[in-house]
Amino acid sequence: MTESAGVGRFGDYGGRYAPETLIAALDELTEAFYGIARTEEFQRELDELLRSYAGRPTPLYEARRMSEDLGGARILLKREDLAHTGAHKINNVVAQALLARRMGKRRVIAETGAGQHGVATATACALFGLECEVYMGEEDVRRQALNVFRMELLGARVHPVTTGSRTLKDAINEAFRDWVTHVRTTYYCIGSVMGPHPYPTLVRDFQRVIGVETRRQVLELAGRLPEVLVACVGGGSNAIGLFHPFLEDEGVRLVGAEPGGAGLETGRHGAVLTAGVPGIFHGQRTLVLSDDDGQIFPAHSISAGLDYPGVGPEHAWLRDAGRAEYHAITDEEALDAFQYLSRLEGIIPALESAHAVALARKLAPELPRGALLVIGLSGRGDKDAPQVREILRERARQEGR
Amino acid sequence: MSRIAARFRELAERGERALVPFLMAGDPDLACTERLVPALVEGGADLIEIGVPFSDPIAEGPTIQAATERALASGTSLRRVLGLVARLREQVDVPLVLMGYANNFLHFGGREFARAAGEAGVDGVIVVDLPPEEGAELFEPLRAAGVDPILLAAPTTVPARLRLLARETRGFLYYVSLTGVTGARRELAATLEQEVRRAREVCPVPVCVGFGVSTPDHARAIGRYADGVVVGSALVDRLAATGAPDEAVCVARDFVAALKAPLREPACPTAS
Repeated sequence: MTESAGVGRFGDYGGRYAPETLIAALDELTEAFYGIARTEEFQRELDELLRSYAGRPTPLYEARRMSEDLGGARILLKREDLAHTGAHKINNVVAQALLARRMGKRRVIAETGAGQHGVATATACALFGLECEVYMGEEDVRRQALNVFRMELLGARVHPVTTGSRTLKDAINEAFRDWVTHVRTTYYCIGSVMGPHPYPTLVRDFQRVIGVETRRQVLELAGRLPEVLVACVGGGSNAIGLFHPFLEDEGVRLVGAEPGGAGLETGRHGAVLTAGVPGIFHGQRTLVLSDDDGQIFPAHSISAGLDYPGVGPEHAWLRDAGRAEYHAITDEEALDAFQYLSRLEGIIPALESAHAVALARKLAPELPRGALLVIGLSGRGDKDAPQVREILRERARQEGR
Repeated sequence: MSRIAARFRELAERGERALVPFLMAGDPDLACTERLVPALVEGGADLIEIGVPFSDPIAEGPTIQAATERALASGTSLRRVLGLVARLREQVDVPLVLMGYANNFLHFGGREFARAAGEAGVDGVIVVDLPPEEGAELFEPLRAAGVDPILLAAPTTVPARLRLLARETRGFLYYVSLTGVTGARRELAATLEQEVRRAREVCPVPVCVGFGVSTPDHARAIGRYADGVVVGSALVDRLAATGAPDEAVCVARDFVAALKAPLREPACPTAS
């Protein structure tokens, strides 16, 4: 299976639905991506940074107690939580910052939801001496105060966004507005496989390293390919990074966990691949949550990093093509999985990654004994500890009444 | 000949440039917009741009964002904007142009929208995030329905692409005066005149300049080298500061009259 012809199209999805002011910059970026980023020299420099700076390759860890507990598949965790800054986001930003520097852009902007992409971008900008400004919804600034401090510590300026739902989608709107204004000098470092062409392709290629390593590591460990890959999907960059090197392997089942929020029936969720409709949003045609008039409505998730009413266009295409399947995981299930993995394996997952863990808990018991199930553990959960503590305390208080 | 083309021809014959005021439909409600449009015409508007509110307007500055939020809060939808245009069509004969974002139009359906827009009496449609490469599913049915798809060009548009946009646009070419979002500005970009002259050289239809055009002085300056000016945020700001609808009607009419006056001054040699 390959991408269909046309500029940045994944079937009907993708494309470049951008204001005219940005078209030249998107052309320039496309040229740099295909011209510079695919050269051997660039790859060598990137590989070296990923090794010595970002801590790659990340381990593939066999979660024996979890496997035993679930009584089915052998669970393997791809430990992106051990990468520098604590999530897979670093893979993409080191590459994009390298590209920005080669393009002669001295100012980098980014959006962030949970703050992981913001922290990663601030980190890469510190590394290369680039100016960094991050847009973050006011609601997320509150939920992820520690990450705001991290970004500032790394020399970035954080702009709280007070428009709309004050979450990731509004942070992206504001980043686009900044880019439209400073397009000649500024590099927009998008954090997921979304946005106008070339971003979905560019970010995917920079995240493929997750799946490329996983493939090699599973083969070394078991001498065969895994049966199932599970990853969480907000925009979908860690999932695409894990899935993509396996797309041609029809025997490998690709399963995404998307944010079911308070439950699909409540309307308060971000399950775009289950309940979304085709639409044009943030520069791409993809699946979105929208009303009858085509207004985008805010997503809801316990996890700020999945709180997005769209999804990367390649996921929409993989769903339609039947190559990947996507299931909604509720806030409650994610919260359980957050504690489950902590207690059983001594690994505190990010709430985003906890969605993948929760889905794996459902899938593993149904698989034959010994089947290999890889969970993309996209990030560590330290950032979420204060939020989860609040929720659990509140619960204990109510139960104590 | 389309209503837009006919209007520009009349203006050329009179030696005037077009004043194109922008209003957000449904800000603060549709009844108010329905009163304001005739007031704009009375003040001297030549074409009128009516904004269709979208939840995520990435090219708008704070003024139009706030207008969008007010419009959405009052329940404005694309379907209701078409109803508004149909009612206005009975009252005014100026060309009416809708401006919005791709998702609302394409969610409606390219063909279905084109038919409904034609029937309502919409003369042109500007879609901020729909470049010609992606626009066929909306633009082709619009042209077939006699509605002009109006394209935007920007200071970052390279010459080869400017020729493409000039060839593909209908009615007029909307030239974005600056690299930035919408919003009132004190100064015009220093290179604007040169850019607009270059656009006019390759464009078979009139070129109008918008984004940041805020004062009669701006209108006068741009009127020396463009076929028209679009004024959005400066008008929306003034209207937002008014109280009762009656006051808004007076403010709209007077501000438009002040903006139009310099565009009636004798044409310079390059104005067509």
